[in-house]
Amino acid sequence: MATPPARRPHGRPAPAPGLLRRIDAFARVAFPGFSTAFLMVLAAAPINLPSPVFAMALPCVTFWSVFRPTAMMPPVVFLLGLLMDLLTFAPLGSGVLVLLALHAVGLRFRYFLVRQSFLTVWLCFCVAAVGAACFYWGLQSLLGLRLPPIAPALNAAMLACGLYPAIALVLTRIHEAMLHAEIAP
Amino acid sequence: MIRLSIPLRQALARLSLPLMIAAAFGIMLLGKADTLLAERLRTHLSDALSPIYAALAEPMAAVRSAIQDLQDLATLREENGQLREENERLRRWHASALALETENQMLRRQLNFLPEAAPAFVTARVVADGGGTYVRAVLLATGPQNSIRKGQVALDERGFVGRVTEVGSRSARVLLATDMNSRIPVALESSRARAIMTGNNGTRPRLQHWPEGVIPMDGERVVTSAEAGAFPAGLPVGIVRLSSQGVPEVELFARLDRLDAVRLFDYGLSGIIPPEAVARPEPRSGRR
Repeated sequence: MATPPARRPHGRPAPAPGLLRRIDAFARVAFPGFSTAFLMVLAAAPINLPSPVFAMALPCVTFWSVFRPTAMMPPVVFLLGLLMDLLTFAPLGSGVLVLLALHAVGLRFRYFLVRQSFLTVWLCFCVAAVGAACFYWGLQSLLGLRLPPIAPALNAAMLACGLYPAIALVLTRIHEAMLHAEIAP
Repeated sequence: MIRLSIPLRQALARLSLPLMIAAAFGIMLLGKADTLLAERLRTHLSDALSPIYAALAEPMAAVRSAIQDLQDLATLREENGQLREENERLRRWHASALALETENQMLRRQLNFLPEAAPAFVTARVVADGGGTYVRAVLLATGPQNSIRKGQVALDERGFVGRVTEVGSRSARVLLATDMNSRIPVALESSRARAIMTGNNGTRPRLQHWPEGVIPMDGERVVTSAEAGAFPAGLPVGIVRLSSQGVPEVELFARLDRLDAVRLFDYGLSGIIPPEAVARPEPRSGRR
């Protein structure tokens, strides 16, 4: 994984060799997208849970959009949305639009959210997740030209809300380690 | 990395979100226009991902079986408790049965009761259904060494089946209790009332001629009665069921639609013998 070593010797270390440094930087940029994709693929594995792909994608995309937007760029979000659509048999493009909207909202409020406590962020995420689920459901009914039941969408939103603390806990650790690695040299 | 000037990069960064949203709409249109495209993409993706899932399947199966084991343990525990309780109850019944048996023996000794001899029986395989004079009858393959005679009682492993009506040297025909010509004297077990069970070619024979003041109850056990000396008393026949019109019928214990072997009991009774034989019947082996 791209987790850089969290502890570095104090004082100015010798400058890292160019290639390693570049790989390090690339890993840091690429980690959010790849880890999210990996988690989504894992969530798509046949287990008895209602639509965990959506619930897995929402917290990851939101977290990285808010706390590290340089790594969760719109093209990455676009690809993740496409992956979600392909994994979940939703009409093509609906997941892309939902994730992009979530990303835009996260970017818009990131200066407010970064300064808040974890609980506030979680509550905001819950509101956003329900909104995203409703949006997703609306898009699906619009693109499929029929009214699917709304209960699965709300279930997925609930699942996302429940998964957020666990995912955020791990991602916060990784994010802090990245920050540490970036500040240290 | 391609080196770009800072203003250009900033412009790109600001433009990328609207661009991507536009691309999302484009993909939506594409998906609507060419529905096969999405299917093809999905197939490619699942082809690419299938090794991952195959690798995942093993540990997931392990986890699932572990969970299953835990659940099994819980049910095992519960079942064990139930079995213990049942065992306790059965033990009590066993004790009471033993006590009753000794009491029964004692009373028999005091009354000088003559016990019935255990009846001899032969088991014969059912080789054909129907045929012959009757609608509901089965043909049994009996060896020439067995002395089958008319009027013997046929039972399967659950209960009463019918009576032997015709005997050949290697076969015998049994008239089933469901045949229209079958009249079986029975007794209702709880009220001890006598009745006649009449076949109607259907699956459930009817009850007739029960004494006044007695109403066959639904669920009551029906056994044969020794009236007229054709059957021994107490062979299990079936359970009273009231039809939708309120007519008491008998649901037979025996599974007449899937008979494979029946036991022919010789109780040595000669009360009423099926027609054609007026004289006292002889064991078949003597006429061979």
